[in-house]
Amino acid sequence: MSLKSYVTPSFLIERNKERCIKCKVCVQQCANEVHRYDEEDDEIISEEHQCVNCQRCVTLCPTGALTIRKNPNELRQNSNWTAEAVRAIYIQAETGGILLTGMGNDRPYPVYWDNILLNASQVTNPSIDPLREPMELKTHLGRKPDSLSIKEGKLQKKLPPQLELELPIMFSAMSFGSISLNAIKSLAEAAKQEGTYFNTGEGGLHRDLYQYGENTIVQVASGRFGVHADYLQAGAAIEIKIGQGAKPGIGGHLPGEKVEREVSETRMIPEGTDAISPAPHHDIYSIEDLRQLIYSLKEATNYEKPVSVKIAAVHNVAAIASGIARAGADIIAIDGYRGGTGAAPLRIRDNVGIPIEFALAAVDTRLRQEAIRNQVSLVVGGSIRNSADIVKAIALGADAVYIASSALLALGCHMCQKCYTGKCNWGIATQDPQLAKRLNPELGAQRARNLLRAWKHEIQEMLGGMGINAIESLRGNRLMLRGIGLTEKELQILGIKNAGE
Amino acid sequence: MLREGQIRIPSGCAISGIMNKKGRVFGGGDIINSIAVMHDRSNGLGGGFAAYGIYPEFKEEYAFHFFFDHTTIKNEIEALLKKNFIIASGEAIPIRKSKSIKDAPLIWRYFVRPKHRVLVKQEVDEEEFVVRFVMRVNSEIDGAYIFSSGKNMGAFKGVGYPEDIGEFYRLEEYSGYLWTAHGRFPTNTPGWWGGAHPFTLLDCSVVHNGEISSYDANRRQLEMYGYKCVLQTDTEVVAYIFDYLMRRQGLPLDVIVKAMASPFWHEIDRMNKKEKEILRAIRVVYGGFLVNGPFSILIGTNQGMIALNDRIKLRPSIAATKGDYLYVASEEAAIRQVCSKPEHMWMPRGGEPVIGLLEASQPTRVPVRTEQEKIAINS
Repeated sequence: MSLKSYVTPSFLIERNKERCIKCKVCVQQCANEVHRYDEEDDEIISEEHQCVNCQRCVTLCPTGALTIRKNPNELRQNSNWTAEAVRAIYIQAETGGILLTGMGNDRPYPVYWDNILLNASQVTNPSIDPLREPMELKTHLGRKPDSLSIKEGKLQKKLPPQLELELPIMFSAMSFGSISLNAIKSLAEAAKQEGTYFNTGEGGLHRDLYQYGENTIVQVASGRFGVHADYLQAGAAIEIKIGQGAKPGIGGHLPGEKVEREVSETRMIPEGTDAISPAPHHDIYSIEDLRQLIYSLKEATNYEKPVSVKIAAVHNVAAIASGIARAGADIIAIDGYRGGTGAAPLRIRDNVGIPIEFALAAVDTRLRQEAIRNQVSLVVGGSIRNSADIVKAIALGADAVYIASSALLALGCHMCQKCYTGKCNWGIATQDPQLAKRLNPELGAQRARNLLRAWKHEIQEMLGGMGINAIESLRGNRLMLRGIGLTEKELQILGIKNAGE
Repeated sequence: MLREGQIRIPSGCAISGIMNKKGRVFGGGDIINSIAVMHDRSNGLGGGFAAYGIYPEFKEEYAFHFFFDHTTIKNEIEALLKKNFIIASGEAIPIRKSKSIKDAPLIWRYFVRPKHRVLVKQEVDEEEFVVRFVMRVNSEIDGAYIFSSGKNMGAFKGVGYPEDIGEFYRLEEYSGYLWTAHGRFPTNTPGWWGGAHPFTLLDCSVVHNGEISSYDANRRQLEMYGYKCVLQTDTEVVAYIFDYLMRRQGLPLDVIVKAMASPFWHEIDRMNKKEKEILRAIRVVYGGFLVNGPFSILIGTNQGMIALNDRIKLRPSIAATKGDYLYVASEEAAIRQVCSKPEHMWMPRGGEPVIGLLEASQPTRVPVRTEQEKIAINS
């Protein structure tokens, strides 16, 4: 097509000429080739069409000469045909393709965490100071039997396998392919140091990562990429991925350009071929099929590893979770509609699924009504943004949370939502060796560790304030929560009272 | 204003307990004297007692103590009782009118046994049937409340200072081998008799000083197993946890106390392999029954008395022995008031239970925090 694109730039780049020393850092750093040095004019020119506002150039500019702003140019005001709606049509008219995006749903839907307030002790119940008293966050994930039999000082039957976490936070599934090996190494090392787990996603386990096996959850997804006997044995737990919050009901697609040698070896597919994960598992068309896969994996690993099933939070999530518990899963991971992704169709990401807060409350309530809550652990993800979200999630009924977007932010992600292009300037969502090496795994691990430790301290402070010194006493303790600005129905689904009640 | 059960009301308290481990009975005067010393720990909005061994003439019958709001409901309940139970005796509980106790409901007791054919029909054992009956009456029937349901024991409670409640119920006329008492300091004024302590289920009675911050975690765990927490009080939850772990799960006492007031993980890490495995299993499986927040409780059963503190001892309790007697109270003065020269007196540490069993040669002190700790065999 010879016509000039109708899509105008989303961002304006302002270069302060007085500050700019023409050092060309911006030129070298931008994989989108926004900045260009014109030798003839001795000038740096910025092509704004390609700019994704990842802030790499702004952050690294030694003189602070760059500012990136939203393009102030406006279409004629229209509350129905917003600039975004019009722009999407121009893009699709030019490409004829599905609109792609990365990271989580950014629409202004309500964030229920922000409508929930926590309790604290005053007078009748002393708060506990975590600087002076033990404050226990140790968490066990896995099936809990209904009872213990202890005879003659001996446990008659061993506990089913449990994951032991020093804090109720794990790194959620992100595959090698969707993110760089350095990003995975950073998270694996942080998980090991802080006593928790990272998840391979559907990318297989790179040979350099087998040393982190004790802190690894290996995923089995519909493409079965990288799944073999040693892989299953390598991890501490196995997760069957049915769906993810950013794209419930659809599969995945890693374009061939990203399948370089290391990825191809790890995924066990030819170099340069597309890695397509089908929407459903080819062998799971019903709940009884899921049961077979769960037990196949348990058989394959001698019943020594808990098996998790990850689903997206959809309308009927409570009944589905109940079925999964009865199918033999030891852990159910639920991913809310704000969950991140390396690539998803925009319309799916923004319109399918339900908030994790509702899904969690509904599932926990349902499993308790059916008296099977202890048979499974509940792990929730889908935009856990800070330690308060975690405390609220556990009080609503979660055993632990999965974080991924937060973890990537810790590594330097700036939430530009262009993960699917493979041109991540921060060395995270890319397989380009020149870009990937920008993320030093040792520094990355330190940053991810810092985040975990900071949140751990904050969780301990909040627990102590409530007069609780062990995380299990917070689990499902919904009286510690109060709603603010919620409707009667929302309060009812969350199972919490309104502030002041 | 909402009454207890419709809203959760935190309260502080005084507790005291006296038992004779040989099972020799003694009058209610001592326990009243003991709790009266701690007058300032309660505020006149609740007091009560549990007494064991007081109904030897009906020791095979369940002694139901009822509060009725009016006679109509009493008649309804009596009809319901007749349908399900053989009633050996029924009468108003003798009371002494006094100025300090006002607005008393109708207070009756019935000595009953479930009818065999009813048990067969429902396919449950006697105790389970009684538990379900109590739950049903208390959660579904307005105006009637069963506040005591064990064999050869009874709870006596109401709105008032505990010493006045003792006088009101003429407790000096009863003889029991184990007495516990409670003075309440609720931070609200519900003025409902059912809200006072002790809280009982079958022969298990609980008096409690504290506010359980794990309340809703515990409640929701219990409700999974069919318990209905109608009162929304910490005491009710403790009683049900105890009932569930002891009667329904058949766990030994020392395992139960370790579930309710677990050792810390850093302590478990230092134990030997076998103990570590058991303690880890207890915490992993019964984490929902860990009682968190400040508490000091006294649990009475037909087998004896158990005193337990929260893990970091945020509420006071002191224990003493003299001869065959075991004393536990919130304050030392409450013990010295009725036992001038105790042989041993000690402050149990956080999470360290005091277990006094009938016919045992010594009340057991189970040290929770030592390396040599042993899990006893069905103690």
